[in-house]
Amino acid sequence: MTAVPVIELADVTKIYPLASGDVVALDHLSIRIDKGEFVAIMGPSGSGKSTLLNQIGGLDVPTSGILRITGKNIRQMSDEELTNLRLNAIGYIFQKFNLIPLLSAYENVEYPFILKHRCNDDTGRVSQLLAGVGINRRMAEHKPAELSGGQQQRVAIARALVNDPDILLCDEPTGNLDTKTGAQIMEMLTALHNQGRTVIIVTHDPSVGAQAERIIRIKDGKVEEP
Amino acid sequence: MKKDIILQLSLRSIRLNFLRSLLAAIGIVIGVVAISSMGMMGANMTMSVTEELSAMANVLVVKPDSGGGGGGMMGGPGGSSSSSDDDYISKEQFEDIERVAGKYGMVYPLYQESRTIEVGDNEGRATIYGMRDEDMATVLTVEEGALPKTSSSVVVGPSFAERHELTIGSRITIGDEDNNETVQKVRVVGILEEKGMSMDINTDNAIVMPEKSYVGMFGGEGKYTQVNVILNDISDADTATETIEDKLNRKEDEVAVQDSSRMMESITSTVSTMTTFVMAIAGISLLVAATSIFNVMMMSVTERIREIGILRSIGTQKGEVLRMFIYEAVILGLVGAVIGAIMSLILGWLVVLAMVGTTEYFFTYQSLIYVPVSMAIGIAICIFSGVYPAWRAANLDPIEALRAD
Repeated sequence: MTAVPVIELADVTKIYPLASGDVVALDHLSIRIDKGEFVAIMGPSGSGKSTLLNQIGGLDVPTSGILRITGKNIRQMSDEELTNLRLNAIGYIFQKFNLIPLLSAYENVEYPFILKHRCNDDTGRVSQLLAGVGINRRMAEHKPAELSGGQQQRVAIARALVNDPDILLCDEPTGNLDTKTGAQIMEMLTALHNQGRTVIIVTHDPSVGAQAERIIRIKDGKVEEP
Repeated sequence: MKKDIILQLSLRSIRLNFLRSLLAAIGIVIGVVAISSMGMMGANMTMSVTEELSAMANVLVVKPDSGGGGGGMMGGPGGSSSSSDDDYISKEQFEDIERVAGKYGMVYPLYQESRTIEVGDNEGRATIYGMRDEDMATVLTVEEGALPKTSSSVVVGPSFAERHELTIGSRITIGDEDNNETVQKVRVVGILEEKGMSMDINTDNAIVMPEKSYVGMFGGEGKYTQVNVILNDISDADTATETIEDKLNRKEDEVAVQDSSRMMESITSTVSTMTTFVMAIAGISLLVAATSIFNVMMMSVTERIREIGILRSIGTQKGEVLRMFIYEAVILGLVGAVIGAIMSLILGWLVVLAMVGTTEYFFTYQSLIYVPVSMAIGIAICIFSGVYPAWRAANLDPIEALRAD
């Protein structure tokens, strides 16, 4: 464990101003996640876990409080810096896979690599990652629409790993998959954690949450004490 | 190796929506073709008119001042209205002109009449010029035959000869007894070279005879219809005009000097005004194209909101998203402009052939420049139409965009 936590929220509040009155999505939330942890963030819908995920993922910034990702306070970041943070420090895995439909599976994995290095991958990293998640060369030539849900999610995992991120952020990664495929994906994530990666899963599925080392329960924008 | 993944995305998006993109590009094609072919037509017309006119642009025509007239109007073939009995340039006036303007070029007097003529059984009307022998040798170029030596011989213009099927040796009867005109038979001894439209003397459609024959037939010796000054240097036109007017119009306006270079300027400027106007109308088609490109781009952005969300969430910069859509607009513009350029070369050639009658100026810089210019306008219009949709795409909230279906 290093001294600097991968994610640190101190007194974070997120307010969505609406005409009908402000909505407090996160209410003075304080969380600390260290490097190498496997954390599940759980809570019913409307609890604020999606808002929390957007903050940790660098897609949104808190209204007040301090949110540090890999030691950097994201409230002081410009859009460009936030985008770079998403590119370099965070690997996103979505419920709906969110692969780019115009690109082949291989290109989807290569895409963040190209954005980061400004060149194609000639290190073989993309192929290695794809092989690692069980996508063979022939399958990698296909467009996402031609792959099954499980295959798409595997490609998405490979894509999330390509820039060697500090955090693997998973938003209901098994939500759109059948139980068996979901279990395979969870096995893969567990294996990644065992390799030393920080994995954060947002889910409302208790069986998924149970596989994590630590569960953070959110309710009404606050951390629910056990 | 390096490939621009952003460009790849733009290309694939266009390929995915091929028909829609093609239709949008067709708008640009039409715009580019319309602008460039109109521009080329104008340029060719200007060049063709200039070429035709510049042959005579170095001529000053001095005519008796009929009061009020004296603008730059052309006396068309067969026009003889200016030769009433009192309206003439006298021998003294001619000598005055020759004295003051002689240093600027060649000065020669000209008689002109219009008469009924008969060739065989065909009747018609013709312009008849009378010229001094020495002037004939300088001013006229004979294509076939020779200049008239005797009193009953004439030369005719090529159009006139063709129309009346005249050859060397053909006979023409000039004058009509019914109108109490002197009737005289003359023989064609020469056919002139084609000269084109001109302000001083239009020989293509006329009969030219020596002064002696002319005076013998119509009288009025020393009463010239007009005096022409062929300038050595066209830039002397204004000075020479002033000199002649100073000399002859001191007391009252005796003569009117028509400067054909000024007329040429006004004609070319009229042609270019017309061209600009027609091109502006053609430009409206580009406006329509701009709307269609804008529409396609907005559709593309709206359809791809979720994709934009994905791209942004995994680390694509705003600028890169912007670039992606601008590329799309540029590609549409480029495709449209290139197809448009090829088509405008074909269509422009046909338009020029139909409207100007000759394509000899088609492959000149002044004419072909309209192709790249209209291409540039087309591409610029595309980029312009793509800016707002691209800006909108780049500035979408990634969270909102990801939520879209």
